[in-house]
Amino acid sequence: MSENKKWMPRWFYQLASPRWSYEIMGKLLPGFAVAATLLLIGGIIWALAFAPEDYQQGNSFRIIYIHVPSAILAQSCYMLMAVAGAIGLIWKMKVADMVAKSCAPIGASIAILALATGAIWGKPTWGSWWVWDARLTSMLILLFLYLGVIALHSAIESEATAAQSSAVLALVGLVNIPIIKYSVDWWNTLHQPATFTLTERPAMPAEMWVPLLIMVIGFYCFFAVSLMMRTRNEILHRERRSSWVRELIEKR
Amino acid sequence: MNPKRKQRLFIVLFIVFGVGAAVGLTMFALSQNINLFYSPTQIAKGEAPQATRIRAGGMVVEGSVKRDQQSLNVTFDMTDYENSVTVHYNGILPDLFREGQGIVAQGELDQNNQLQATEVLAKHDENYMPPEVADALEKAGNMPKPEAEVFNK
Repeated sequence: MSENKKWMPRWFYQLASPRWSYEIMGKLLPGFAVAATLLLIGGIIWALAFAPEDYQQGNSFRIIYIHVPSAILAQSCYMLMAVAGAIGLIWKMKVADMVAKSCAPIGASIAILALATGAIWGKPTWGSWWVWDARLTSMLILLFLYLGVIALHSAIESEATAAQSSAVLALVGLVNIPIIKYSVDWWNTLHQPATFTLTERPAMPAEMWVPLLIMVIGFYCFFAVSLMMRTRNEILHRERRSSWVRELIEKR
Repeated sequence: MNPKRKQRLFIVLFIVFGVGAAVGLTMFALSQNINLFYSPTQIAKGEAPQATRIRAGGMVVEGSVKRDQQSLNVTFDMTDYENSVTVHYNGILPDLFREGQGIVAQGELDQNNQLQATEVLAKHDENYMPPEVADALEKAGNMPKPEAEVFNK
């Protein structure tokens, strides 16, 4: 067994303890909350009031500051949900199952935000709320995958079975992530290709992309806050019979 | 890692890569159906069906837009720099419609291989810039233009 322990860092095994996870998340929460508030408020003010308008779209382009962060986050959240699900399947780690379960509703709301802002942006610029092109359709499928995971969790009474089956669904749906990402490169779409790539300079000047980057980091911090709050709730609910949770509640 | 976990790890990897391969092959087989529009080159080659509703995408050719003074009728050429298609449309064009702009038009090809459009959507590119920068680029003749492959994937 001692040989097994070296295979992963120590904190990975500590995460298996609901109590340790609950406490470490409680310590991390305030920092992320402050960061999320500052970044989102600062980013929004910068984006709406100080960033320059676009030469073609004018001020309507500013919705990019919500649309792009939410689209990026919806996909990252899905990947986290699938990875947490896989860890739950392989190591039978309860906390990983709880993280995966907590990801689904947050990811679904963010995906709705990305789709809604996209539709609102599409009407004035393209001339249509919705087009069945590859990017938009694959993003809609992402939302349906989230809804499927949520439905599985609430349909199956046994927590272990629910976690297993929704982890499998999340892993099957993982194939959609590269499809969303590369849809604009593989097929003719109405949606424009990515403004940001890892290899090239962003296709917008710094006074536009710096506030966008702040908004993206702000969205990630906000996601961390809501995920940790949800997971902590989930831990308390599932461990309600254990002595440390009882003590915690009695102390209140 | 104990054998049980290793086995479960392989199952997980099998799900991810198995589904990935299956979906990848399906998408590859269907790729022409996933494209939202035909390019002018495909239409010139006769790959697009006639007398049925299709979408075509390309850049509006500079100086080709002819508006009827009496009605909303408008005629323009659409190109991917290799071939071009003439589009006839009767309706209100999107705000972003202009010469040199990418567009996607839905309609039917007539006998002359011209598109009788019922809907015209603007397809903007991934470049954003403030108006002053755009003016400067325009004067220097460095304005980024969509490449031919944007319409031919």
